[in-house]
Amino acid sequence: MSVAEILDSMDYGPAPESADQAEDWLDGHQRKFGIFIDGQWRAPKGRKRFETLNPATSQPLAHIAQASNADVDAAVAAARKALPKWAKLGTHGRARILYALARLLQKHARLFAVVETMDNGKPIRETRDIDIPLAIRHFYHHAGWAQMLDDEFPGMEAHGVVGQIIPWNFPLLMLAWKVAPALAAGNTVVLKPAEFTSLTTLLFAEICEEAGLPAGVLNIVTGDGRVGELIVRHDDVNKIAFTGSTDVGRLIREATAGSGKALTLELGGKSPLIVFEDADLDSAVEGVVDGIWFNQGQVCCAGSRLLVQENVADRFIAKLKARMETLRVGDPLDKAVDIGAIIAPVQLDRIKALVDSGVQDGAELWQPSWACPKDGWFYPPTLFTNVSPAATIAQEEIFGPVLSAMTFRTPSEAVGLANNTRYGLAASIWSESLNLALDIAPKLKAGVVWVNGTNMFDAACGFGGYRESGFGREGGKEGMVEYLRPAFRAKLPLYAEKKPAPEIKPPAADTHVDRTAKMYVGGKQARPDSGYSRPVLAPNGRLIAEVGEGNRKDIRNAVEAARKAASWSLSTGHLRAQILYYVAENLDARREEFIARIRAMTGARSAAAAKEVETSVQRLFTYAAWADKFDAAVHNPPMRGVTLAMNEPLGIIGMTCPDELPLLGFVSLVAPAIAMGNCVIAVPSEPHPLSATDFYQVLDTSDVPGGVVNIVTGDSAALISVLAQHDEVDAVWCVGDAQTGTDVERLSTGNLKRTWVNHGRRPDWYDNRQAEGRAFLARATQVKNIWVPYGE
Amino acid sequence: MTSDSLLAMGPTRRSTLKHLEMCNPGTALQLDWLRDVRVNRSAVERRAATMGTRRSVKKAWQAAWLLKAVTCIDLTTLSGDDTPGKVRRMCAKARQPVRQDLLDTLGVGDKGLTVGAVCVYHNMIQTAVDALKGSDIPVAAVSTGFPAGLSPLETRLREIELSVAAGAKEIDIVIDRGLVLTGQWEEMYDQVRAFKDACGDAHLKTILGTGDLNTLRNVGKASLVCMMAGADFIKTSTGKESVNATLPVSLVMIRAIREYRERTGHVVGFKPAGGISTAKASLEYLVMMKEELGRPWMEPNLFRFGASSLLGDIERQLEHHVTGRYSANNRHPMA
Repeated sequence: MSVAEILDSMDYGPAPESADQAEDWLDGHQRKFGIFIDGQWRAPKGRKRFETLNPATSQPLAHIAQASNADVDAAVAAARKALPKWAKLGTHGRARILYALARLLQKHARLFAVVETMDNGKPIRETRDIDIPLAIRHFYHHAGWAQMLDDEFPGMEAHGVVGQIIPWNFPLLMLAWKVAPALAAGNTVVLKPAEFTSLTTLLFAEICEEAGLPAGVLNIVTGDGRVGELIVRHDDVNKIAFTGSTDVGRLIREATAGSGKALTLELGGKSPLIVFEDADLDSAVEGVVDGIWFNQGQVCCAGSRLLVQENVADRFIAKLKARMETLRVGDPLDKAVDIGAIIAPVQLDRIKALVDSGVQDGAELWQPSWACPKDGWFYPPTLFTNVSPAATIAQEEIFGPVLSAMTFRTPSEAVGLANNTRYGLAASIWSESLNLALDIAPKLKAGVVWVNGTNMFDAACGFGGYRESGFGREGGKEGMVEYLRPAFRAKLPLYAEKKPAPEIKPPAADTHVDRTAKMYVGGKQARPDSGYSRPVLAPNGRLIAEVGEGNRKDIRNAVEAARKAASWSLSTGHLRAQILYYVAENLDARREEFIARIRAMTGARSAAAAKEVETSVQRLFTYAAWADKFDAAVHNPPMRGVTLAMNEPLGIIGMTCPDELPLLGFVSLVAPAIAMGNCVIAVPSEPHPLSATDFYQVLDTSDVPGGVVNIVTGDSAALISVLAQHDEVDAVWCVGDAQTGTDVERLSTGNLKRTWVNHGRRPDWYDNRQAEGRAFLARATQVKNIWVPYGE
Repeated sequence: MTSDSLLAMGPTRRSTLKHLEMCNPGTALQLDWLRDVRVNRSAVERRAATMGTRRSVKKAWQAAWLLKAVTCIDLTTLSGDDTPGKVRRMCAKARQPVRQDLLDTLGVGDKGLTVGAVCVYHNMIQTAVDALKGSDIPVAAVSTGFPAGLSPLETRLREIELSVAAGAKEIDIVIDRGLVLTGQWEEMYDQVRAFKDACGDAHLKTILGTGDLNTLRNVGKASLVCMMAGADFIKTSTGKESVNATLPVSLVMIRAIREYRERTGHVVGFKPAGGISTAKASLEYLVMMKEELGRPWMEPNLFRFGASSLLGDIERQLEHHVTGRYSANNRHPMA
């Protein structure tokens, strides 16, 4: 085209980023890659390989190794072997290597960007300006955590060998999010990139060699989902970190149940983007662009549900459509392209099918007037209006450039619609009113909330989901914790086999009126639905009392009561502290009664029972003290603004309590949960439930609102299983034998609840370092990062 | 000519219009509209920062875009030491902003390519008009007590009348920034209205002095008041404030232009001024105009750069495009 013609049209011409060096790099490897184990490149056992394709051209780029069972074994063995020398390097030694990795990434930034764009199909603008810089920042930031590890995480140690499985949508960035904290914490890694996008991971392995990373500290096995499964099921892996779909997340949760592997899952989403009438609408339009047309919408936290206040909806949608006309879809290596190619035909088909379903469900489809390129796998930016909340496109993660718009009338309706999803990854709020935005942010069920922004990320800020978007955080201090465990844990003894219950003997002749221990639901004493009772025996088998035989309906009722008490989470920390002090005070007043009860049930000596009651009072004091002190953090990402890392209660926690100290065990679990604003369904010790049922009288007299603590007695393994499967329960804590813990983990997948099980290990409830404090509070909360950029 | 017929006109025809052939009649002052102005600074800055990273023009496209930028320049001299000789030299440059051999090589030698206007103080209008005789390059005059705009209203109005009488086709007025800072919108509206009336057939460009307005919200509101009062162009800066044209400020102003057109149907032009001295920066502004307002706003009748040193950098870049060698200042005639 001539200059004169362009002067007339003023079109954008082609602005290609050169692929020459990336092609040279591929050619230098004969377009054939091995796996990286113990610092060595190896051909995969069986020499199986598959092609990785360029989504923008559908042409092959290279052949990638399909790792075998033996390869995964070798990788895990190498990682295990490397642990001692990696540990011996010390915090500073590891910090130096992470720093070197950051520097090397920076030095080769453009090569990484171009290779990523070729392999993934995302625009070079994004890889160059977002993915790669964020990955570099992650390594810099975590070099810092490595340096400060001992001071900032006292009493913690690395898990050991960590298996990491990353997705194809941000290949190098997800590598950074996984590898940097794992290495900073002193773990060694077996990493599997997504089969569609292995190349930047393999390039990264090359700079690891250059950075002097000891052999075996990072091992890379490529291949399809089967390789991931081998890692997940490997006996010698201590932790799994996964980013990907919610369905696969569920499979991993099931597969790792009872294995003792720590687990973090970063899964799907259907994140709302809420535009209030007082928003800067033009800026909010750009927020939508960054929200749903970033990376072709193939973003777990994509703002795929647009909620607009009704009175500005028409104007906003008109502005949005005008903006969509100016988006450019095409060759992702072109520097003036906004939307690149969809990763693979299978994803493109899925997007098309979901869009068809949207049309069938009666939503109104709108796409810009221009056409997408024909070669490669492209899909135009797509807007649905008149979407009903029940429509598939309002509920299902599309993972493509498709936006579903709905309207709302009031802030509370916006919150209702926003939370009307199984997911809870991210949310974005557009309003010029600080009052409104900061009122809405805590009400959204999402791990990340952006105020007047979308898709902002930084190494200093935790990222991760609520609900079925997974658990665990990546980034910030909250992310580092996920790669560490208390050093004492591995040394804990296992619970002994349960002794068979003694034969029942009739109760001792007693002059007392028969007192019936009931269950406690919604602040009221409740008889069991079953109409049956179960005996409570002294160690010698003598019948002490009977308690209700709880069943699934009792659990259902208790969960319902807990839901109704949800406003407990909104009460002030000061109020919760006062109530916990009051509970302690009333327990202390009845200490003799509780001592006697413990002795009767467990046969404990008087001094031991007194110690248990006294420690329980102290523990209540501890959590009364904490209730108004487990402060949020303010992170400092590189922007003008703050990120508030709020500790929010999980919601409803179901728990089983240990047998060995029936009062202290109960208090040690219930108190931190309610101190943080959760409601609890506690299943007391099965053989010794009376300390808990006595306790409801203490609760009744201490102003604990009904429904905050619910107590259901009975077969604890059966009851906790019901809790684990209840989709309204947000978390389950299980202290007991290994099998029950395994069941709880396995059964928790319905809504991917947070589980905390002891894997059959017995903590020392009298050791405050083990049995109280921050670790418990962290389990009772999840961190929500609220990004608040500011500036007038 | 109505705004719609002008926008419907093909780009070739439109680009031959040297004068601002459209006129914004303005509207009544709408205070409720002003109250609704919302500008989120962080979000605006984010968008502005990606103007130059989301779009890129290379090779022939870059050359063409730079030539377009040349046609949108208000070649300006506003110094205390301006003399007729200096102004005449600048006018000669305005007629032939880029060396003819370069234009010939680029295949646009026959286009009669000139800058958009010449911008001077009142006492240089006559000199400029004479020097530009035979071309259709308009003379723009800064007016109304430029740059502070604080002389008596009577004086300011008279200054416009005299400049128009002297042959200025465009009048760049400065608003009283104090009126913005104190929210005296009625007073500001009345003043700009009076300036508009004083302009007669000449076109009114209102300089907001955005560096003095301090907040982007003020910029948005002041833009609207100027357009309601009949501004044909809104312009960022005098070039004398400590901060002049920036991309975020410009984004707020051009979004106001878009909003004003959507609500009233009237078309208003945009002129960033001060601090735009590189070819690269000029491309970022053109990208912003194309992205936010569309193709019609990439022509001199709706878009101008107020600049004195920008042209030199563009000339060097154009020569580089032609020869493949980096150029030097002394290879191009000075203004």
